Amino acid sequence: MTAQELNVVGQSVPRRDGLGHVTGKTVYIDDISFPDTLYLKMVRSPIHHGIIRGIDFSEAEKVPGFVRALTWKDVPKNIYTILCLIGVGPDDEPVLAQDKVLWQGEQIAAILAESEAAATEAADKVRLDLEELPAVFDVEEALKPGAPILKPWGTNYFVYDYEHGQSNAFRKVRYGDVQRGFDQADYIVEERYTTSPIEHAPTETTGCIVRPEPNGRYTVYTNTQALFFSLDNSALILQAPFQNLHFVGGTVGGGFGGKVDVIVEPIAILAAMKTGRPVKYRYTRQEEMRISSTRAAWRLYYKDGVMKDGRIIARQVISYHDAGAYNRHSPYAVTKHAANLSGPYNIPNVHIDAHCVYTNRQPSSAMRGFGVTPASFAVEVQMDRIAELVGMDPWEIRFLNAYRNGDMRPHQKEVEDATLIEVMQAAAEMTGHDLPANLKAMSSWDKEAQHG
Amino acid sequence: MASRIVEFTLNGRLTEVMVKPLTTVQTVLREQLGYTATKSGCKQGGCGSCTVLVDGQPMMSCLLPAEDIAGQDVVTLEGLTPRDGLHPLQQAFVDNYAAQCGYCTSGMILVGKALLDSNPEPLRDDIIDALAGNYCRCTAYEPIIEAIQDAAGRMAASNGKEAHR
Repeated sequence: MTAQELNVVGQSVPRRDGLGHVTGKTVYIDDISFPDTLYLKMVRSPIHHGIIRGIDFSEAEKVPGFVRALTWKDVPKNIYTILCLIGVGPDDEPVLAQDKVLWQGEQIAAILAESEAAATEAADKVRLDLEELPAVFDVEEALKPGAPILKPWGTNYFVYDYEHGQSNAFRKVRYGDVQRGFDQADYIVEERYTTSPIEHAPTETTGCIVRPEPNGRYTVYTNTQALFFSLDNSALILQAPFQNLHFVGGTVGGGFGGKVDVIVEPIAILAAMKTGRPVKYRYTRQEEMRISSTRAAWRLYYKDGVMKDGRIIARQVISYHDAGAYNRHSPYAVTKHAANLSGPYNIPNVHIDAHCVYTNRQPSSAMRGFGVTPASFAVEVQMDRIAELVGMDPWEIRFLNAYRNGDMRPHQKEVEDATLIEVMQAAAEMTGHDLPANLKAMSSWDKEAQHG
Repeated sequence: MASRIVEFTLNGRLTEVMVKPLTTVQTVLREQLGYTATKSGCKQGGCGSCTVLVDGQPMMSCLLPAEDIAGQDVVTLEGLTPRDGLHPLQQAFVDNYAAQCGYCTSGMILVGKALLDSNPEPLRDDIIDALAGNYCRCTAYEPIIEAIQDAAGRMAASNGKEAHR
């Protein structure tokens, strides 16, 4: 390749899909239709926690256009967890609820009908016999003795069991001696931070349409953000050869992380397998808000040991991630979170317990930087509080504590890609903030150019 | 209640459809006639992705009964697209990177069309007011506003007038 061809960086390149978007020719999954399509609607739990005593389809079956219902007994491998692909386990979530429900909205049975209206009406007419159980909605309440237990392994937390052969009730980071740091510190700064769930609310709701092909394969037109991840999980759930599933996607009407769980495809493929007909399963706007995963709620307790000159010498964080009822991407979120609780700062003594907690809430999962954003929020508010306490400029305290290349991070990873100092210098310049000469002279690569 | 025939003009062509009572214009366009540039984001008048022009006015087709458009002039994004090339609004959306996922784009362009037809030299606040009913979840409002301003300039220039921006 000649240098002449390498000319994209620094240029604005026209979007590959731009002409399709502005003419309305881009094909989203809802724009695809096939004759003889069946519509899938879910029967969902009206309660937060309970035992399923029975399901009565007799009134639903009378609805004109009703074709059939699917329950967990129809699903080859009903209990799954999507991150099994990277070794996370055990499986914890049913495709269709078996003996109990853990959140209001959980899918219990799938209804297939000749029209969307008939499927909706039939799903409404399914009678559920449920025995309601006490529910828990708070991460710290869920970890107390006597809380309703949601998981078959007897706890309400994800077990991190692949750390040095140990079983841990939380993601643990230990670095230096945090107690000694607190003893030496001039100040102790303690704070509690919380964040709320956020729904991605893509303009196009989650969905797929599945068509059985004459050669025995199934073509799955889906708006997933994770095409092969969804294919692999669907094949495992359906115990089907991977090559029998052909996933077609890439056009996503807004995702933001909200379309990386594997929820609509496996059951729609199963429905197509059972009926031999194309099947469409697309969330309503209400389902997108109430059923699809959210960004998690977090609660973080920070305790920092700080010197009079503004240096942070010890940090202890206990944090709680509300996974809702099931894993999805939560165990991974907590691991990312734990690695980022010290922020881009060099702190010699760190102690972190990050809990992945189950509650009877709508499951949370991926969303733009999930796990990291609540850490950044808490870290930076904490920096401002510390600056105020020691009477230091908020810029200066960040330069003073900034990590640099060659520093060790609390999770035992040497910093190789630090640019915090350079980014702050550029930000100061762009905002017209005049930095003192000593901060302007600092560098992520040159540790000799010390602050002060 | 019985179905009935509704006659209207769609993108300049006289069109007849047989509709059940309370069938929406969105359903007629997308499911009966196959005009899928009109999107379906919420079916409750909340997102604006299904916007069409009815006698030049932007309307959310998911809330509009098909019987109400009898005898009226309906324009969708398909109708705005010339046989060759693009409408200046479409070109401005491309050039200003005003489409990201694309799901709101159809509605945004049609709202822009209605605005520029009635107000060829809109102020920034006029554009913001016009877009108030249309969600973009990729947070691309700034490029959309810029695209509509840009299109206003192009259309004014092509009309032989000096562009005011």
